[in-house]
Amino acid sequence: MKIHEYQAIDLFRKYHVPVTQGVVVEKLQDGENAVNELADKYDVSSFVVKAQVHAGGRGKAGGVKLARDRQTALQHLSNILGMELSTKQTGSASVTVRKVLVTEAVDIAREFYVAITLDRSAAKNVIITSTEGGTEIEEIAKNQPEKIIKEWIDPLIGPRDYQLRRLCGIFGLDKSLTYQLKDILRKIYQLYLDTDASIVEINPLVLTKDDRLIAIDAKINFDDNALYRQKDIARLRDIGEENPAEVEAGKYNLNYIKLDGTIGCMVNGAGLAMATMDIIKIKGGNPANFLDVGGGATPETVKNGFKIILSDKNVKSVLVNIFGGIVRCDRIANGILDAVKELSLDIPIVIRLEGTNADVAAEIIKNSGISVIAASSFADAAEKAVAAANN
Amino acid sequence: MSILLNKESRIIVQGITGQEGSFHAAQCHEYGNNVVGGVTPGKGGQRALNGAVPIFDSVREAKKETGANVSVIFVPPFAAADAILEAADADIGLIVCITEGIPVKDMMIIKNYLKTKTSRLIGPNCPGVITPGEAKAGIIPGSIVKKGAIGIISRSGTLTYEAVHQIGAAGYGQSTCIGIGGDPIIGSSMADLLLLFEDDAETEAVLIIGEIGGSMEIESAELVQEKISKPVFAFIAGSTAPPGRRMGHAGAIITQADETAAAKKNVLKEKGVHIIDSPADMGAVITNVLH
Repeated sequence: MKIHEYQAIDLFRKYHVPVTQGVVVEKLQDGENAVNELADKYDVSSFVVKAQVHAGGRGKAGGVKLARDRQTALQHLSNILGMELSTKQTGSASVTVRKVLVTEAVDIAREFYVAITLDRSAAKNVIITSTEGGTEIEEIAKNQPEKIIKEWIDPLIGPRDYQLRRLCGIFGLDKSLTYQLKDILRKIYQLYLDTDASIVEINPLVLTKDDRLIAIDAKINFDDNALYRQKDIARLRDIGEENPAEVEAGKYNLNYIKLDGTIGCMVNGAGLAMATMDIIKIKGGNPANFLDVGGGATPETVKNGFKIILSDKNVKSVLVNIFGGIVRCDRIANGILDAVKELSLDIPIVIRLEGTNADVAAEIIKNSGISVIAASSFADAAEKAVAAANN
Repeated sequence: MSILLNKESRIIVQGITGQEGSFHAAQCHEYGNNVVGGVTPGKGGQRALNGAVPIFDSVREAKKETGANVSVIFVPPFAAADAILEAADADIGLIVCITEGIPVKDMMIIKNYLKTKTSRLIGPNCPGVITPGEAKAGIIPGSIVKKGAIGIISRSGTLTYEAVHQIGAAGYGQSTCIGIGGDPIIGSSMADLLLLFEDDAETEAVLIIGEIGGSMEIESAELVQEKISKPVFAFIAGSTAPPGRRMGHAGAIITQADETAAAKKNVLKEKGVHIIDSPADMGAVITNVLH
């Protein structure tokens, strides 16, 4: 799960990690009061106005602006709030900016990169520091790998002081600042553990001209599997940042991801669902979605699956690919046919059922009197779905 | 011969009185007739599988009374980490965890702790292990597999069944099929199991079913070049998956360039693995190379 920068900053504050003061604005008419309050309460005269969206790369897309006075801050605010932001991460699509964070601007002497994330193959968390703050870490890793320090943390022991010394040593700070930075690393590691985070990233953590260390950016993602025990974190979810069809699918416990193509896919199992998308592409089509209806594929999940798939108006045909194991194909076939009938679907639907009792299922579909396209194999199903979408 | 599981395996099921646990324990017992007990804390002394096997309060007790050497775990995510550690502390040789949804933090601790133990863990978030004609520890349908010479190592569930089906239609069978799990941190990696298949006299070739996310396929590619003499085939799911999105499995997400299907296929191919581009060609490619 992702959260907004301002929410991540609030969590930092809770863990006594130094951050900038700021206000969140959702309605333009509240902007003036908010900026004035920030300016008066904390004696702020320069501002940074930042779009709050879940996609990264906002700065380059024009979603972050510096203002040297209140008037300019308000001007930026009115430009950014409601704007359509296309970043490197959103691709050709864009996201609407629904919230804007206005913070104090600080005088920056140096910018550092600090992060904690999971290293899957090591099965350990890794703390990463780099002198090249403000740049994307992937860029630094590619072009200047010597400017990155990594320390892998044993989950049964926790970060050792020598590891933190090495991580902070790269910055060449004096003793007092090094001590402060080690303290910040310890605190964000604790935050990471306590909240079941999957990444905590500060880019940049800055050294100000008056020698203070401050996180002026904050990104935290969380492990979805742990949300059941992270009730406070789960409440930070902002559904407005997510695709409405995906949110709807979640209510039915379906795993749906919207894509740009024209062929809807309904599959049981995540791996087979990905493979189905892949074969559609191989056969010259484009998948409209990823949809895993679960191993069992019950009549209920199949029906909900059709509803979600067809909420996407780009869909020209649907490919149903179900492998029946313990749940027999004849039962699944009846479930699919009932759903097609009940929803009176009028779009070409290609059905491929394989596994236990697949031959019985094929007979049921053939004799149903319902106009669906039966496929004899995985490849045949993809070809028929592509042909139907192109008609 | 086979790997991990055979006729002699003595299986217990942790969570045998739950809905999933009782159903699949019965299926495993029907297949191999070697489920010897179950564990549900608080229900020790009762019996499961229509009275066929005893229930114990703890894994330690179950092992002592039944001589179990395999445990299959069907407990909910919040209790699964504890169940794995309990089985490991009782020195159960093979632990198969079917449960989906265990937090990464818990798995990280388990994975590091298991380095100090003798147990091997398969999963979590997996369909388990089946050795056709001998034994099953998990949920892979017994009706679709048949005895043969292809070993299967897969990060997926139903895509494994698809592979089994295609291999069967092509006239081959399987020595052992292993669903290793779709989570970011899992007990046994592809490389771990490739080594076991290499040493198994019955296995002639191995099919790997990988997917986007992580570096397990690339690590196994290095191993294939150095230590595996048998033909290895690979299909990697998710060529069309967008970066940054989690495709169903918690571990199926592209966060960096070397985690894409294309990047993995390139490395595997370079190291001598036979790449299967279309998921419909798994049986055909294996036939072409082996016949």
